[in-house]
Amino acid sequence: MEKEIIYLDEITVRFAGDSGDGMQLAGKQFSDASASSGVDVNTFPDFPSEIRAPEGTLYGVSAFQIKLGSTAVNTHGDEIDLLVAMNASSLKVNLGNLKVGGIIIANLEGFDSRNLKLAKYSSNPLEDGSLKKYQVIALDMEAIIKEELKTSGISPKIVKKTKNFFALGLTYWLFNRPMEATVKWLNAKFKNDADMLEANIRVLNAGWNYALKNEDFKRQYNLQPAKFEKGNYRNISGNHAVALGLVVASKKANIPLFLGTYPITPATDILQYISGYKKYGIRHLQAEDEIAGIASAIGASYGGNLAATTTSGPGLSLKIEAIGLAVMTELPLVIVDVMRAGPSTGLPTKPEQSDLYQAMYGRHGEAPLPVLAAASAADCFNMTVEAARLALKYMTPVILLTDGYIAQGTEPWRIPELNELPDLTPNFATDPDRFAPYVRDPQTLARMWAVPGMQGMEHRIGGLEKQNITGAVSHDPENHQKMVEIRQEKINRIAQDIPNLEIMGSPEANLLIIGWGSTYGAIKSAVDAISREGKKVAYVHLRHINPLPTNLATIVGRYKEILVPEMNLGQLKNILQARYLIPMIGMNKVQGIPFKTSEIKAKIEELLSKEEAQL
Amino acid sequence: MKTLLDEIISKPHIGSIVYEPKDFKPDVDVRWCAGCGGYSILSPVQRIMPELGIPKEKIAFISGIGCSGRFPYYMDVYGFHGIHGRAIAIASGLKIGRPDLSVWVATGDGDNMSIGGNHFIHGCRRNTNINVIMFNNEVYSLTKGQYSPTSHKGQITKSSPLGALDEPFNPAALALGAGATFVARGIDKDRNHLQSLFERAAAHNGFSFIEVYTNCNIFNDGAFDSFTKKDVREDQTVMLEHGKPLVFGKERDKGIIIDGLNPRWYRWWTVNTPWTTCWCMMKKTARSHSYWAI
Repeated sequence: MEKEIIYLDEITVRFAGDSGDGMQLAGKQFSDASASSGVDVNTFPDFPSEIRAPEGTLYGVSAFQIKLGSTAVNTHGDEIDLLVAMNASSLKVNLGNLKVGGIIIANLEGFDSRNLKLAKYSSNPLEDGSLKKYQVIALDMEAIIKEELKTSGISPKIVKKTKNFFALGLTYWLFNRPMEATVKWLNAKFKNDADMLEANIRVLNAGWNYALKNEDFKRQYNLQPAKFEKGNYRNISGNHAVALGLVVASKKANIPLFLGTYPITPATDILQYISGYKKYGIRHLQAEDEIAGIASAIGASYGGNLAATTTSGPGLSLKIEAIGLAVMTELPLVIVDVMRAGPSTGLPTKPEQSDLYQAMYGRHGEAPLPVLAAASAADCFNMTVEAARLALKYMTPVILLTDGYIAQGTEPWRIPELNELPDLTPNFATDPDRFAPYVRDPQTLARMWAVPGMQGMEHRIGGLEKQNITGAVSHDPENHQKMVEIRQEKINRIAQDIPNLEIMGSPEANLLIIGWGSTYGAIKSAVDAISREGKKVAYVHLRHINPLPTNLATIVGRYKEILVPEMNLGQLKNILQARYLIPMIGMNKVQGIPFKTSEIKAKIEELLSKEEAQL
Repeated sequence: MKTLLDEIISKPHIGSIVYEPKDFKPDVDVRWCAGCGGYSILSPVQRIMPELGIPKEKIAFISGIGCSGRFPYYMDVYGFHGIHGRAIAIASGLKIGRPDLSVWVATGDGDNMSIGGNHFIHGCRRNTNINVIMFNNEVYSLTKGQYSPTSHKGQITKSSPLGALDEPFNPAALALGAGATFVARGIDKDRNHLQSLFERAAAHNGFSFIEVYTNCNIFNDGAFDSFTKKDVREDQTVMLEHGKPLVFGKERDKGIIIDGLNPRWYRWWTVNTPWTTCWCMMKKTARSHSYWAI
């Protein structure tokens, strides 16, 4: 049978099913295979906070979305082109985001009367004509798999567990992706379970062959590889990038890495990745609680390690007192907060940018520290290395903000050469005659780092205020004022050591957008789309939030209007307004889901049309 | 691969490592109250330091908050005065990151049993090689006299004018229950015994916990008099030593046996009858403040 090949620039695919259907796995395999074939990808795992929610329910739907493109892909895609729906609930939950004319691959078995009832459908959408606007391909995956494995003698229980690989096989055919990597992955995963291995490989191939032979599958989709800067790439999540960033920073600093941390969604992956890197001389402690996580890291930092702790909002709240101790003792420490929707337990698996105030101000006393934010999954690597650089150079704790969206989502990351990265060698004290705990570098104001084991530099530090230079406990009023001001000035001076902002879009526009963190993808895509339409909007994206880049002051003064989109109720906007005394317009989304490009674009258009009307 | 830190660690010590206790006294005034039991802990600690046989720069003292928290300032080695309750967590990170160091923790009954209780029990089970000395004065002293988790039921303090309501922790029993591998208890009035405990703790390769009944002569004076005063001590305390029977008393005529699941104390009497001499035992419930060491 003749199949048509459709050439595309970009497409968004979403795998959706029950929490136990293996959709995350299928999505990850598909995105890795796509990335390795050279297209740009951006992914968004979207799952409930229950591990195995009751089968077939609306709240138990787990999904994985991937956008593929021949040009730069900055987001996981606003609307879905191809939806794989393993049951009725997963169709219902995701249909709103499916493009008119989009494809639905539906697993018939998931649309039986029980599943329809659980999804609160009064009639079967596959039969009642309600899906006329879409191209529906319905097939009974379980029956096909059973037929395929009939002769194999493999237990029917296993058959049920392989549906995701059937769906994956279908998708691989649709995009003509090589399956070798997935087969290799299966071989490693099931090396001790021959039945699962055979079943999954056969089912994967069965999916491909079904699509190849079946008349419902008329078209294959072809995307040209994207143009990337030359180099070696891998598909990476933000959490993985943070873990690698910490490992590489310790290599560049030439001191061992210590991670003291406690499991918390969505930051736990960092701990898990680090625990697999023991071979790089890393020590990690899964501590008894969040406080012990950071306290042990402070201890390790006092001992001369590159110390880090990783957490999410509720954990950062618990660590706050200890962060003050690290500020007071002026010890280097990298604190990574993978933000999630709060307050309290909130929406643990969903992203938000609502910890900015906590990172900036959430401490007792005057306790300034650098606050950084990563813009994308791959940028998590750069910003982790940057956090380590500032921590070691300025002898300070640093908070790096990422969030559940970029922490769990993936994109291709060019693996840098070590010599492209900054030298992070710490400024250890060497001369006992010139040493005192609070003797400072006149430029950076960083104190000298003497660690146990250095002869003749035995000293005591701690949370009590210290006499400048000598480090003796001091309750002197003048000294306290001086020390508070020095600690502030030290952080202020970092502004001279960070890159200026580059204006994206049209610098000569009247409207400026200021973004930070994971909203980069959606804002950049919207700004690019607006520029392509010949309209003007300028855009800067903050990765250093404290201190702010020095040229931001002049930039904000140049524009008539400033829009600050963020996934909170205006935290960055308020910080900037207080700093520059210029009114700004907030755009605030707190739904536990990232901005869509279309939402930002619509807001820009609204502001531009008002501007025109005023002319 | 050798890191910069490895180079620092492996740098040879210049000069002798034969020290005197005074080498561990920094040039600062000790600011505990006159008569504080803390002095009785500081001095044996300084006395055993030379016996460790390691360079001063390889020793670190970590503390939390409370009167005990000032301890690191009074030791001329590396010291870190942390935040309330977290000394064991900080020390664990230091020891894991720097296994070459001798790491000590000074803490108190409020610091270690209350706000830091979680770190304490996990420290016990984790068995990191650190030595924890707990000043137990059964009161919050630095905040000026509130009841602590080791205050006895009914104890009158500033925050329990009608008497503390809660049962106290028995710290040594808590440590044993949490799987600690070295548990000891001493009293501030017996410095020589404390010194021997600190020596044994330093030699133990694992988590060591030494509880010291420490008199706070300002907010809980005499809390331990009933078994630490010279005239009663021998009759009211048992020196618990590994593998030795639990016999005590001036006349060595008292002992503790396990009666079912209860420890009870007995006194031996010699009774002369016309036909024989027999030993009788007088039964009494053991006091909660037994004085013991493993």
